[in-house]
Amino acid sequence: MKERFRPSPAVRVNIFAAVVPQTVTPKLELRSVSRTFRSHAGDVNALENVSLRIRPGEFVCIVGPSGCGKSTLLNLFAGLDQPTSGKVLMDETVISHSGPDRVVMFQEHGLFPWLSVRKNVEFGLRWKGVAAERRREIARHWLRVVHLEKFEDNYIHQLSGGMKQRVALARSLAMDPEVLLMDEPFTALDAQSRDLLHEELEQVWSSTKKTIVFVTHNVREAVRLGDRVVLMTFRPGRIMEDVRVNLSRSRHVEDADVAATAKELMAYLRTDIERAFREERPS
Amino acid sequence: MKKTLRLLVFFAIIVGLWQAFAMAGIWPSYVFPSPKTTAEALRQGFADRTFIIGIAISMKRVLIGYTMSALGGILLGALIGASSWLEDTLGTCVSGLQSLPSLCWVPVAILWFGLSEKAILFVTIAGSLLAVTMNVVTGIHNVPRIYVTAARNLGAHGIRMYLHVLLPASLPHILSGLKQGWALAWRSLISGEMIFLSLGLGQLLMMGRDLNDLSQVFAVMILITVIGYTVERFAFAPAEAQIRRRWGTA
Repeated sequence: MKERFRPSPAVRVNIFAAVVPQTVTPKLELRSVSRTFRSHAGDVNALENVSLRIRPGEFVCIVGPSGCGKSTLLNLFAGLDQPTSGKVLMDETVISHSGPDRVVMFQEHGLFPWLSVRKNVEFGLRWKGVAAERRREIARHWLRVVHLEKFEDNYIHQLSGGMKQRVALARSLAMDPEVLLMDEPFTALDAQSRDLLHEELEQVWSSTKKTIVFVTHNVREAVRLGDRVVLMTFRPGRIMEDVRVNLSRSRHVEDADVAATAKELMAYLRTDIERAFREERPS
Repeated sequence: MKKTLRLLVFFAIIVGLWQAFAMAGIWPSYVFPSPKTTAEALRQGFADRTFIIGIAISMKRVLIGYTMSALGGILLGALIGASSWLEDTLGTCVSGLQSLPSLCWVPVAILWFGLSEKAILFVTIAGSLLAVTMNVVTGIHNVPRIYVTAARNLGAHGIRMYLHVLLPASLPHILSGLKQGWALAWRSLISGEMIFLSLGLGQLLMMGRDLNDLSQVFAVMILITVIGYTVERFAFAPAEAQIRRRWGTA
């Protein structure tokens, strides 16, 4: 067994092991969850006996090498996948299906090319029974928040990658979900767009206090955004470390304390990433 | 403009070559009519209104037959695309039957409907419906998973998923199915019209044969080509361009 994460004294002020007090009812919870995928090459334990409690309004970043089951974890919360064993709960109720109270933002945005920007943002509101007039208002509001109000009549392909993710963010927020699940949403973006989106996301989060689960393989991004960073191991996917980030907001990816904290977490993850790298390559 | 000019020059050369061959006298003129006699046959056909009536009647038939094929094909395709069970059974059947040339349906049509308007309609529909169907099925199958996942996550289910995600997402395939369906319906109609005295363009072709008047046959062939092309050019090409613009695949 690996030794526990030991941050240097300087970084220890920035982070400490996260303990969710039992008195708070978690918004989201994994209770001894395992998820096994069957394939011709044998079974893959994407998640093995994972337990996790997320408080209402918390911003949690899940970090790990690709193949560590972090997307699986998100899909379970989204209700897009079911666990092999264990329980996935929201407000102490088992999650059984995908629903608009837990909106997912995907890496490949999933915006519809046949609809205009505004119609994309309105899409889910229709099924909630919101009247057309009100749908338009809501869509315009969120497009303003992400600074895209001038592009409401454009089609998706006319936007840059960063703009597309902002539309996707507006579409998610328009649903007014209790939980926002983000699956590496900014990975494909250039550094400048990512910086701007980090700021916008942080602002939206601090003004709406939504519970956010943000999956990334980028430790710095996780430290930049999260209240809490959960490190995961590569196959079987387990929680390796769960730390609270004590840095004041608003942060920036280039901040010295963000960088120092990320560096130590990175060093800790390193051996596992190397193993992932070796196993993912055909020998 | 440049494109039109290029096309005009090209056609001038074709007609010139045609004229040269006709004048060389390799074949007698009743076997190989010159452009001039063909043009004369065209003029004659319009002057005594047989071509006008023929075009009107064929257009009416193809409009009815094609509309039924398009609607039926989309419906059937949507149905097959909806279930893997139907896909494996009916879908296999459809893709098999689709390879039949529309001429194969002519004897069936005659035996079922006799020498009637219905027989022609049957051949038109049989020749084009399945092509539309197959394209719709392909379209639905090729809808990226992410659209369905995202839509479900935003609360779309069942019929809503179909109408607001699967069908619009397959629009490029549906359109190419409709285009292919049009070409097939037009061809099948002409074959169907050759069955009996039906007054359409297909029958005018057969009449040319019976009268040993190849210039009329050529004239009608030109008409069929021009109409087929015009519809494709002015109905389908703009729709495709519109989709390409919207999708950004131009």
